[in-house]
Amino acid sequence: MNYFTRALMGASALSLLATGAMAEKITIATVNNGDMVRMQKLTDDFTAKNPGIELEWVTLEENILRQRVTTDIATKGGQYDVMTIGTYEVPIWAKQDWLVSLNDLPASYDMDDLLPAIRGGLTVGGELYAAPFYGESSMVMYRKDLMEKAGLEMPDAPTWDFIGKAARAMTDKDNEIYGVCLRGKAGWGENMALLTATANSFGAKWFDMDWKPQFDGDAWKNTLNFYIDLMNDAGPPGASSNGFNENLSLFQSGKCGMWIDATVAASFVTNPKDSQVADKVGFALAPDNGLGKRGNWLWAWSLAIPAGTQKQDAAKKFVEWATSKEYLALVAENEGWANVPPGTRTSLYENPEYAKIPFAKMTLDSINSADPNNPTVDPVPYVGVQFVAIPEFQGIATSVGQQFSAALAGTVSVDDALASAQSLTEREMKRAGYIK
Amino acid sequence: MARSISRRRQIVVTLLAWAIGLAIFFPILWTILTSFKTEAEAIASPPSLFMFDWTLENYGEVQERSNYFRHFSNSVIISLGSTLLGLLIAIPAAWSMAFVPAKRTKDILMWMLSTKMLPPVGVLIPIYLLFRDTGLLDTRTGLVIVLTLVNLPIIIWMLFTYFREIPGEILEASRMDGAQLWDEIIYVLTPMAIPGIASTLLLNVILAWNEAFWTLNLTAAKAAPLTAFIASYSSPEGLFYAKLSAASTMAIAPILILGWFSQKQLVRGLTFGAVK
Amino acid sequence: MATTHSRVAARFMLSPAVLLLLAWMIVPLSMTIYFSFLRYNLLNPAIDAWAGWSNYEYFLTDPAFFAALTNTLLLVGGVLLITIIGGTLLALLLDQPIWGQGIVRILVLAPFFVMPTVSALVWKNMFMNPVNGLFAHAAKALGLQPFDFLAHAPLFSIILIVAWQWLPFAALILLTALQSMDQEQMDASEMDGAGPFSRFFYLVLPHLSRAITVVVLIQTIFLLSIFAEILVTTNGGPGYASTNITYLVYAQSLLQFDVGGGSAGGIIAVILANIVAIFLMRMIGKNLEA
Repeated sequence: MNYFTRALMGASALSLLATGAMAEKITIATVNNGDMVRMQKLTDDFTAKNPGIELEWVTLEENILRQRVTTDIATKGGQYDVMTIGTYEVPIWAKQDWLVSLNDLPASYDMDDLLPAIRGGLTVGGELYAAPFYGESSMVMYRKDLMEKAGLEMPDAPTWDFIGKAARAMTDKDNEIYGVCLRGKAGWGENMALLTATANSFGAKWFDMDWKPQFDGDAWKNTLNFYIDLMNDAGPPGASSNGFNENLSLFQSGKCGMWIDATVAASFVTNPKDSQVADKVGFALAPDNGLGKRGNWLWAWSLAIPAGTQKQDAAKKFVEWATSKEYLALVAENEGWANVPPGTRTSLYENPEYAKIPFAKMTLDSINSADPNNPTVDPVPYVGVQFVAIPEFQGIATSVGQQFSAALAGTVSVDDALASAQSLTEREMKRAGYIK
Repeated sequence: MARSISRRRQIVVTLLAWAIGLAIFFPILWTILTSFKTEAEAIASPPSLFMFDWTLENYGEVQERSNYFRHFSNSVIISLGSTLLGLLIAIPAAWSMAFVPAKRTKDILMWMLSTKMLPPVGVLIPIYLLFRDTGLLDTRTGLVIVLTLVNLPIIIWMLFTYFREIPGEILEASRMDGAQLWDEIIYVLTPMAIPGIASTLLLNVILAWNEAFWTLNLTAAKAAPLTAFIASYSSPEGLFYAKLSAASTMAIAPILILGWFSQKQLVRGLTFGAVK
Repeated sequence: MATTHSRVAARFMLSPAVLLLLAWMIVPLSMTIYFSFLRYNLLNPAIDAWAGWSNYEYFLTDPAFFAALTNTLLLVGGVLLITIIGGTLLALLLDQPIWGQGIVRILVLAPFFVMPTVSALVWKNMFMNPVNGLFAHAAKALGLQPFDFLAHAPLFSIILIVAWQWLPFAALILLTALQSMDQEQMDASEMDGAGPFSRFFYLVLPHLSRAITVVVLIQTIFLLSIFAEILVTTNGGPGYASTNITYLVYAQSLLQFDVGGGSAGGIIAVILANIVAIFLMRMIGKNLEA
């Protein structure tokens, strides 16, 4: 075995020597979202500016990507030189010293230009550990024509009551118009992102200051009852398997009156090439309940460099390029300002060209109104709006999401779903040692 | 009289068989058709079967986004490589079990099959760590090794059941002539075993081509086969039925065509000893 | 009969396969057993203390465990039932003289070549989707409310998808067996006035029993570890409605990144698979006696 290992290592060392003379190849793991796919197409600009660096793309669906990169970084597999990760992973991974600090990016990168809320989420102990590629919050996207038909007017900052009323008024099931489309597919980044953010505006929270789960309180019960009643009255069929992409499809094909989801969707639903309702979409802030918190989240897909990579310099050059002001200008030049990756730089929102985009201001306002450090009405021991930045969260929240998804499908009652959520969260938190 | 009854019966049976055959095939046909539609037409209600504006733009877009040919050639190398390596190990083993049976032969065979019951997820982390230490992550060699081992029991079993059908007298006769072991294998056995070997090869190429757990989890870029290619389309944003269909068609077309062309060979040996 | 010489040679020829499979089984398995006694979470590598049996206890007391166990059995049983009954009927049909038999056989065989991921994606989106899927279109055309397959009958939907993939395999093996039947015997019994049903139950079915055994054995091996179809369509939900043991192990090891718990789950899955295997071998071992 040992001999075998050594022989193989020798062989790979030889092959390293052989390739050393050639261009340096960096492997980038990324998620299959529209903005990333666009970046892939613009690769030539980078390779022209950086001869000697070749880019190798691994594009995967979000969940598979997360599973692949986490396995790789935790076992130090070293398969990737740049990884696309989110605001959830950054603080956890940085604490394990798995990421390379990006504080030494050149001054021309203008780090102070990054939106403070986004930058804050990617900084640990004063060091920036990932560069934001695009940032998002959530907001209401609605059909102006259907709203008018229902005889209502969408305020800039609606309440949940108004959303409920409007959704029911807009619904016309015979013609396949559903008042509101919301995520229902189980997953911590799917239905639980929406429900956790929504719960914040209902005064609910995941844990109290002693890390005791709070699903047995009234606040969660109100949240879930409101959500399920609303979806039963005004949601599309099959909502329990709809995630971001499924809802985007529905909205683009004109089947949703309102859709509360990621701000990045705004550029997709207003793009006449893909959307049948491109010219009829209006925007509003995510709803609230008058408790001081809105139901909007904060997320940034960001590029990070794993600490184990041999090609740190090349990787840094790439990260700098992909998240720079110049990259935004490059996309604008090729695809128009509406398709620029949003939500990362102040200068973008100060650009008069970009201000003309109908959703620019609403996106910025939404991002600015999210506060990951004080996400809930009551104080909590954790950071994160639609997540709790502890390693155990994704597993727990996915299981809880399964319960809530079942409640939406009608296979279990709201009370049972909450009771299971409470007991399974408690079980996991005990196992992880948060609760003694 | 009897003739006309059997004729009428043949018509009914033919119609029934065709209807069922088309129904079973329909999901694939529908996918292929949808891949030539625009996204709007792909979800149009009521959907149209053939009457739409045929377009190739989905294929263009899929190709622009991902390097199909690299994934394709990885798939070919990995599935063929693992199958050939598997055959190399399995033919002697199956031969010896079929013609020189020992008391434990059956137990060994069943034990081999039982190794296939190990759920892959349960051993992913150990394998991942081993691969990391041996530099096999994201290499075609690594995948060839794993897929060979994963499919070896099936290969051995299939060959064993096929070899067993070969009458022992022929071997006896050749032994009487003083043929050596290797001569026996090469000149007597192999020609008779070719159909069985061919269908084992085909079945295992199919199994390896479609294997989606190890191929996805042990590769990144260089060795990623078509299963990884399809993983980047499993939920792309927006209207995506047509693009998904195009990617799906590209992923399954090679093996589908291979399967159809070699149908006879595949079927001939695909008995697993079921025929007595 | 066989000479000592050939027996030694046979051992020699068998050993590479046996040794390789032994290594393939023992190395990962012993690592997994070792991990299953550790507190080892990939996201928290600092902690790796001896955990005793706690990982096993934790996995077995998981509220999802029992559901997963039943779902696994239902999934395997359901698919076997559909593919064997459907496969037998299909084989009987294809055994008749029909025009264009070759083409029909090609059509029937096709699903077997399709990647599990692709077939799950296609069924989920293009057929079972309650808004844009073809079944929904059909239901609406008939004036019915579209049925939400994956939400209201998740396990059944998955059984359907998997059965579609395995039906050709079963039909094919059964067809080959059918074609090897003694035609004279059939004709004779027809002369004796035996109806098609009694001929089927007294002649055909006994003849097929061996082939059915083979189909059960091979399919069970693959069906016990069904995973991709669940991951793509339902993610094991809603609730635990479509979680099987393999998926549960996956959730533990690759969603929680809890290697300790996941390894314990993996070992439990191996033990369960072996119990099934022993039953299977007992039941059908006789049938396979040469």
